Amino acid sequence: MDILRGIAVSPGVAVGEAVILDAEDYRIPYRSVSAEEVDAELERLASAIAASLTELEAQAHWLEEQLGRDAANVFQWHIGVLKDDRLRGGIEALIREQRFSAASAASTVMRNYQRRFLQMSDPLLVERIRDVQDIERRLLRHILGESREDLAHLTKPVILIAHDLTPTQTAQLAGTKVVGVALDVGASTSHTAILLRSWGRPAVIGLNDVSTRISGGDGVIIDGSNQLVVANPTPATLKDYRAQEERYLRLTGQLESIKRLEAVTADGVRIQLLSNIEFPQEAASGMEQGAEGVGLYRTEFLFLRPEGAPGEEEQQAAYAQAIRGVRGGPITIRTFDLGADKYTQQRRFEQERNPMLGLRSIRYSLQNLDMFKVQLRAFLRASLEGDVRLMFPLIISLMEFRQAKLTLHDAMEDLEEEGVPFRRDFPVGMMLETPAAAVQVQEFCREVGFISIGTNDLIQYLLAVDRGNERVSRFYDASHPAVLRTIRDVIRTCQQAGVPCSLCGEMAGQPLYTLFLLGVGLRTFSMAPANIPGVKKLIRAVTTGYARRVAKRALSFETERQVTNYLRDEIKKVLPEDPI
Amino acid sequence: MAVPNRQGMHARPVMAFVDLAQKFSADIAVSNISRELVEVVDGKSAMQMMLLEATQGSVLRIRATGGDAVLAADALVALVRNAFGMDQAGASRPADPGASQSG
Repeated sequence: MDILRGIAVSPGVAVGEAVILDAEDYRIPYRSVSAEEVDAELERLASAIAASLTELEAQAHWLEEQLGRDAANVFQWHIGVLKDDRLRGGIEALIREQRFSAASAASTVMRNYQRRFLQMSDPLLVERIRDVQDIERRLLRHILGESREDLAHLTKPVILIAHDLTPTQTAQLAGTKVVGVALDVGASTSHTAILLRSWGRPAVIGLNDVSTRISGGDGVIIDGSNQLVVANPTPATLKDYRAQEERYLRLTGQLESIKRLEAVTADGVRIQLLSNIEFPQEAASGMEQGAEGVGLYRTEFLFLRPEGAPGEEEQQAAYAQAIRGVRGGPITIRTFDLGADKYTQQRRFEQERNPMLGLRSIRYSLQNLDMFKVQLRAFLRASLEGDVRLMFPLIISLMEFRQAKLTLHDAMEDLEEEGVPFRRDFPVGMMLETPAAAVQVQEFCREVGFISIGTNDLIQYLLAVDRGNERVSRFYDASHPAVLRTIRDVIRTCQQAGVPCSLCGEMAGQPLYTLFLLGVGLRTFSMAPANIPGVKKLIRAVTTGYARRVAKRALSFETERQVTNYLRDEIKKVLPEDPI
Repeated sequence: MAVPNRQGMHARPVMAFVDLAQKFSADIAVSNISRELVEVVDGKSAMQMMLLEATQGSVLRIRATGGDAVLAADALVALVRNAFGMDQAGASRPADPGASQSG
């Protein structure tokens, strides 16, 4: 049994067989196995050889039909090598005598042969290296698990292990049989983490070397609630986790039934639950989770593609798709939040010494007006599709907000001249995610159409903690009294000024803070779609009066630990069965 | 005997040889005695046969031992003489050292 600790992105327990995924090459776990594991490794080798042969024979057969016998002959030697008892004996000897894992034994033997071919003088024979490599990869793919192309074709539930996942790969997890994810790299604010969270299944990231420590086919437990990954668990541990998994699935099953119910407190106060999305097609899936609309569409995800910046037509199409996805509900589109951790654009900048305090977000847009205008034009052209709102991120001053609005008006004028129709009556608001904006919220309230509190950045700036930096990330804590008081003040000021206020940071989706946020008067929560049912369950279980008392008490503590413990106890009181 | 094929023992000749060798119970040991460093390989191993580095004109020694050794040796020698059953330019030459067999 091997226990690894990482960063949890979504809670819950998943149990399954490991499938290793790698971006480029197959990473071969050079690890030895214990005496008891030898037979399992031999078995793994045998089934990998059998699977490779089946695949090759089908391939040869297909080639023969399509291109004739000569083409198919190419694979005859591959088949011969896989059937070669000498070769197999060599691999098995390494497993049996040196306790190599099947993957390292196969790779070692095949690489020795590659070296032999490399030394040959006949160039045609040297070419055989490619064949040997090909055979090695095929074999490893079958030993280590499914290839990326095959993720959609998995037939049984698996735990996906990888060094890293691209956001695109992550977005494709839904609809596969993957039940849990463990990654070597990652910070909880990375885009991959955000997407994993919205996928909703248990996931642990930042494990450093999980992809080399676990082999395909290993039994793996993802304990998202305790940020643990357990490899090759003992039968007792497995039994324990199976029970937890069952409980987790039962609870998610209960949440399933809550999706159709209204988000209303026990005393009848309606709460608006919205989804945070990264891709336009997610707008519709958020509605399926019970969202009324989209509270935050992170448009910078349009950049996550090899072709680079999207054009006006493409952007318009994406916005229109998202707007249509909410079927008449409200949708808030945030302008590009590029720079800093948004790595797609990093190579465009000169290295900044402190990118979180650097040229990012609205600052970047206002310094790249051509790009900004293209986005605003695309937004305006799509605006007729529904109930849209426009939001500017990372505002620190009124000047900045005015400048952004001015650019919007320029774009409107241009479209008017061109005779292109668009909507004019939509609200224009801001993300409140800097301490400066929190302090000046009263002045902002006079000019903005709405305010959305972005707690992820707000907490980082309030506490001066980069939570992507694992040496200080433990100081990042939404329970910090300074954070709670700031949120209370902002919501209160907005209410007094009559400015709609929502919260779209991660806190909105964490049940731990639901009672507090309700209690300080928040009525619009925007979160990853997967979190909606859980938050709704809590909302339906309490009255606003109860939540107010909880908030008042939470605000009375001096330290973040007291706050967390208190809030956790309160939830246990309200919903004794739910894990937090 | 010498390898008659112009391209030497590449994938197809190797597979023809290995497939035939596997039909016999006798152990088949093959070496390429044209090379400086003579290595004896298993005639039933697709990988090892490729390592013989047998090009056109390389002289092979085939040793069959046990069971149907005589039959095996005859059949394999014939196969090599016939250029592994492939239509291949490159005239077959008379077998040089020939096959030695022991029962």
